[in-house]
Amino acid sequence: MNHWIIAPVVLPALLAPIIVLTMRHDFVLKRVASVASIVAQLLIAVALLLSAMANPPDVYLLGNWLAPYGIVLVVDQLAALMLVLTATLALAVVLYAIGSGWDRSGLHFHALLQFQLMGLNGAFLTGDAFNLFVFFEVLLIASYGLMIHGGGKKRLRAGIQYVAYNLAGSTLFLFALATLYSVTGTLNMADMAAKVAAMPPADTALLRAGAALLILVFAVKGALVPLQFWLPDTYENAPGPVAALFAVMTKVGAYAMIRMYVLVFPPQVAATGGFFADALLPAALVTLAIGSVGVLGARSLGRLAGFTAIASMGTLFVAVSQFTPAATLAALYYLVHSTLAGAVLFLVADLTLRRRGLAGGRLEPAPAIPAQGLVAALFFAAAIATAGMPPLSGFLGKLLVLDATRDAPAAPWIWSIILIGSLLTMVGLARAGSTLFWKTLPTPEDAPPNQPPFPAPAPALAFTATAGLLAMLVALTVLAGPVTAALAQTVDALHHRSNYVTAVQMARPVEGADDGHGQAHGAAGEAGLSTAPAKAAKPPPKTGAQTDAAPAFSASLSFDPADRDLAHAGQ
Amino acid sequence: MEILLASAVGLLTAAGTYLILRLRTFPVIVGLSLLSYAVNVFIFASGRLTIGHPPIITKGAIEYTDPLPQALVLTAIVISFGMTAVIVMMSLGAFLESGTDRIDTDEPETPEGDAP
Repeated sequence: MNHWIIAPVVLPALLAPIIVLTMRHDFVLKRVASVASIVAQLLIAVALLLSAMANPPDVYLLGNWLAPYGIVLVVDQLAALMLVLTATLALAVVLYAIGSGWDRSGLHFHALLQFQLMGLNGAFLTGDAFNLFVFFEVLLIASYGLMIHGGGKKRLRAGIQYVAYNLAGSTLFLFALATLYSVTGTLNMADMAAKVAAMPPADTALLRAGAALLILVFAVKGALVPLQFWLPDTYENAPGPVAALFAVMTKVGAYAMIRMYVLVFPPQVAATGGFFADALLPAALVTLAIGSVGVLGARSLGRLAGFTAIASMGTLFVAVSQFTPAATLAALYYLVHSTLAGAVLFLVADLTLRRRGLAGGRLEPAPAIPAQGLVAALFFAAAIATAGMPPLSGFLGKLLVLDATRDAPAAPWIWSIILIGSLLTMVGLARAGSTLFWKTLPTPEDAPPNQPPFPAPAPALAFTATAGLLAMLVALTVLAGPVTAALAQTVDALHHRSNYVTAVQMARPVEGADDGHGQAHGAAGEAGLSTAPAKAAKPPPKTGAQTDAAPAFSASLSFDPADRDLAHAGQ
Repeated sequence: MEILLASAVGLLTAAGTYLILRLRTFPVIVGLSLLSYAVNVFIFASGRLTIGHPPIITKGAIEYTDPLPQALVLTAIVISFGMTAVIVMMSLGAFLESGTDRIDTDEPETPEGDAP
């Protein structure tokens, strides 16, 4: 068992309270600790990715409990890829926040950022559906704090909408999980996959209802129509670096959907069938359309960036909804691209609107801003990436999506909406750019100098962070060949579901770590196994008793209706 | 007992859904709380309803109740409690800053609105 798997969760979880308790008023110390932690997370994530590329999925049994009774963390290529993406984005965001002075407008930016990363990393690593809910809540509660960082009445009011929307989503998540548990008797994703695959297609109405509820939850996170209403207001009013970090939050929804609906409820499984794919595609297309039209109609820069995020989620979910290896590859490439591109756009938007003084983010002519040429060049590059024009990776991403959907029955719809949506996005961004940077008013002679609200201590760092993300996009374009080859391997591993399931089933507790679970086993073995031989809804037997634990577990994987009743032996 | 529990979940969910569609923060928060009560009861039902059975397997016990939903409910209660505290504090802050407890943000644009 590789203990590094839990490091991306434990490191920020330990550091955040230390930041709050010991470095509360020392901004230098906070910044150093925060950046060091994120760099360490990036290194760990890269190491995990390299090891995941070479090995089958690696499983970490929390508390040394045997799966599926305990919670497992699983690092496979997809999870490791998301970890690397999150850490990369977080590094740029924290550098930008330091450079622009955003982290000084409240005391707890860095602590909240660390908690947010803990939640994100945990959500990508976990192999347990209820644990996924817990990590969702961790990342959400940190995001509530980050969203209203800096205060202000408009931000607070937008924050309430965001929190209320996500609390309703969390309730839905619990309803979905309870329904799935009542049908399958397990919350472990691999175990659930094995049980769902073995279910007869008849009499699965409750299972389908649970899976449909779950897709709604991920649609809330991923801002899929008709559950996208929280996004524009939230992104417009969140501080710039936080909005950039939120670019990966919507992708958590996409990740969770890929994970659950490729692993547990794929279209080829008889019990659930292709219903989800059929429902997801129209929703994704409408999302894309609404996002593109919103870009065209937005009257402020933050809102415009928010609608490009919705449009990119639409494109992403179009690829996800195909559930074929080629489409999943396109989805992953586009996911990486749109996370980075969305973040760049939000950072550039923040650079722009904080230099415009009273005009703020409104798309109206205003006097030229300081460092206009540089900001305009960055905006131009970010717009090209977001709209999906050559030469940046957005073009390749959309090309992959179009190519992967060529044989789909709905291909004419998909192609026309993606292409028209790209055109609308392009027009909207071009119009915004020309209003902001070309139609500038002459600077009034007697006016006071156009000061930003508070002095930015190191604007060079802010520009470097933004340009660094753009450099990542260039790298993603130049190295598209190796990247897609690696992603093809990831997708291949993802669609061979048995690898993941077997890895979790075969994970065995570490020998010799005596933590007292053992004594309970004797009694459990006699009472539990004699009355309910196949079930074993009891504390996991540990080390010494492993031999008789294994048959009990494998028996519980071969699903039959009697087994379900035994799972709830109260009946 | 099934009919009692099912109607309780249904009633709480219906009332909660109605309340979160209101336009002021207080009813919305009450609605979210009702929804979380509903889901807590619902999670209990996912382990099937039993009365008077131990959640732990002991010697001689023929039947037992599923302990996992109880652990899940406990987690859900703690999380929803924390979340409710957060949203109460945030709405209080928003009310004190802006003098209104309306949920929607549509209002005449104010120039200082975008400043951090």
